[in-house]
Amino acid sequence: MSQQWTPAQTRSLLKGLAFISPWLVGFAGFVLYPIAASAYYSLTRYDVLRPARFIGLENYVELFVKDETFRTVLGNTVYLVVVGVPAGLVAAFLLASLLNRKMKLRPLFRTIFFLPVLVPAVASAEVWRWVYNTNYGVINSVIKSWGWAVIPFISSMELAKPSLILIHVWAQGTAIVIFLAALQDVPSSLMDAAEVDGANALQRFWHVTVPICTPAILFVMLTGMIGMFQYFTLGWLLTQGGPNESTEFFSLYLYRNAFQFFKMGYASAQAWILFIIILAFTLLIFRSSARWVYYAGESD
Amino acid sequence: MQQTEAIASSPTQHLPLSQRAPFRAVQRALFYLMMVALALIFAGPLLWMLSTSLKTDPQVYTVPPIWIPNPIRLVNYPEALSSRPFEIYTYNTLRYALGAVAGALISNTLVAYGFARIRWPGRDIFFIICLSTMMIPFQVRMIPLYLTFKNLGWLNTYLPLIVPTFLGVNAYYTFLLRQFFLTIPSELSDAARVDGCTELGILIRIILPLAKPALAVIGLIQFMFAWDNYIGPLIYLNSEALYPIALGLQQFRTMFQEELMWPYMMAASTAATAPVIILYFFVQRTFVEGISITGLKG
Repeated sequence: MSQQWTPAQTRSLLKGLAFISPWLVGFAGFVLYPIAASAYYSLTRYDVLRPARFIGLENYVELFVKDETFRTVLGNTVYLVVVGVPAGLVAAFLLASLLNRKMKLRPLFRTIFFLPVLVPAVASAEVWRWVYNTNYGVINSVIKSWGWAVIPFISSMELAKPSLILIHVWAQGTAIVIFLAALQDVPSSLMDAAEVDGANALQRFWHVTVPICTPAILFVMLTGMIGMFQYFTLGWLLTQGGPNESTEFFSLYLYRNAFQFFKMGYASAQAWILFIIILAFTLLIFRSSARWVYYAGESD
Repeated sequence: MQQTEAIASSPTQHLPLSQRAPFRAVQRALFYLMMVALALIFAGPLLWMLSTSLKTDPQVYTVPPIWIPNPIRLVNYPEALSSRPFEIYTYNTLRYALGAVAGALISNTLVAYGFARIRWPGRDIFFIICLSTMMIPFQVRMIPLYLTFKNLGWLNTYLPLIVPTFLGVNAYYTFLLRQFFLTIPSELSDAARVDGCTELGILIRIILPLAKPALAVIGLIQFMFAWDNYIGPLIYLNSEALYPIALGLQQFRTMFQEELMWPYMMAASTAATAPVIILYFFVQRTFVEGISITGLKG
């Protein structure tokens, strides 16, 4: 089993390390060190002006026992992930399935569904602020002309989160492209066989198309989940956490603590909690994936 | 009467309802109707932005809304954009975005080559570590990074936004390039090695010319990320002279206030969005291909 260590191997090792050396430096300096440092800071009280003071687990205790805002923040963030990620995923998959059919002007439709993801977040925030405007926004303006009651999208506690999720559903371009590529891999022989067996369109979609696309679904779900836990820009610009903390998400509260209240230790503890939550969700999705992800090439 | 009989006895009669000709035509019409409706909904917010950016004030505040402005007030654009140094924001964005693109391309080419084209002991472990960094939220690194850059005196410069890209920190790009490098037949490198070519020589002379599409994708994604990035500049930059568009647009917002100057705000937003969309149209194919190489076979 044990291999002879040859000079050639040493040479190849050095060559390999030389090529990845930029990453080794970056990994040590911009990944490993910051993670370790933030773990340490999370056990301190640190306002940048005075040196960090070690306080053990006090930050964590305060977050979980005393800080009521943090509890709201946790709830808001889990809502965003648990509702927003599946909503975006389902929308992207349905749109991709529609785009996958033979049709005229397909490139045009594809471009239209893709475009929203290109809009910079800051511009997107301004556009949706205007779309959601209670008096003259395009939706409420129409509603008013019908004599109905206006919808207070981002200014009501109940609707603020769903309104932000709607923007997320709108900007699914990346997922649509990934799903389109996966849909092209659905073998037509399988679809024909299912049709011969008397499966209707809906059954074929659910029992053939969806299973074949599960690896892509897993990928979109994982990256979507990791990204959504870090949701910041649109929330920060559009609702600033309000109304009444209903859109105060993890990253917003963390940013506030770090750069507005200069509670670097407290914010680091939050960052570590976020990290652990993301790891737990990743593990959960991976564990469950054995049961629902289908790999065509899998034979052993 | 005879005709009806002819149709009734035609072979289509035996087909299930969903495959008869008239039914299919209706189905297709409904399908197109749905596609057009969806397309209008998805394009809606952007059309609304464009439309508002060309309106005169009274047309902005009408119920029901007006979609096609009359008259078209093009002068909203120069008026809005000159109220803040938009050209400086653009210049700043380009400066830092192009620096970051150069960094991402150079570092990730080297690193991906090391992971894909050289066999060395421990390679796979390092690659798995590299990939797993994708799971680490930026927030965990944010505070120590900020403090490090502060101690280095790099705050209020573009260095915190550019230097990390030269160190291949974004594992997503490394992964994408590695996948691409793996598809290049190893015979090509072996032949060059026999001819006495060094690894760097092989990378530059053989691999890079073949990898242009993948490099284009990474350059483009990095460029768009830099154009879009808000939290990075927000943390590291505090003088307006250095603001990229992402922060600059907020300056417009504080100037124009709520409710009052929507055409100006939408003109500025359109100006911030248009370059990305125009760039996309030029490189659409590469971009879409690039996204699809990454998400698959996983």
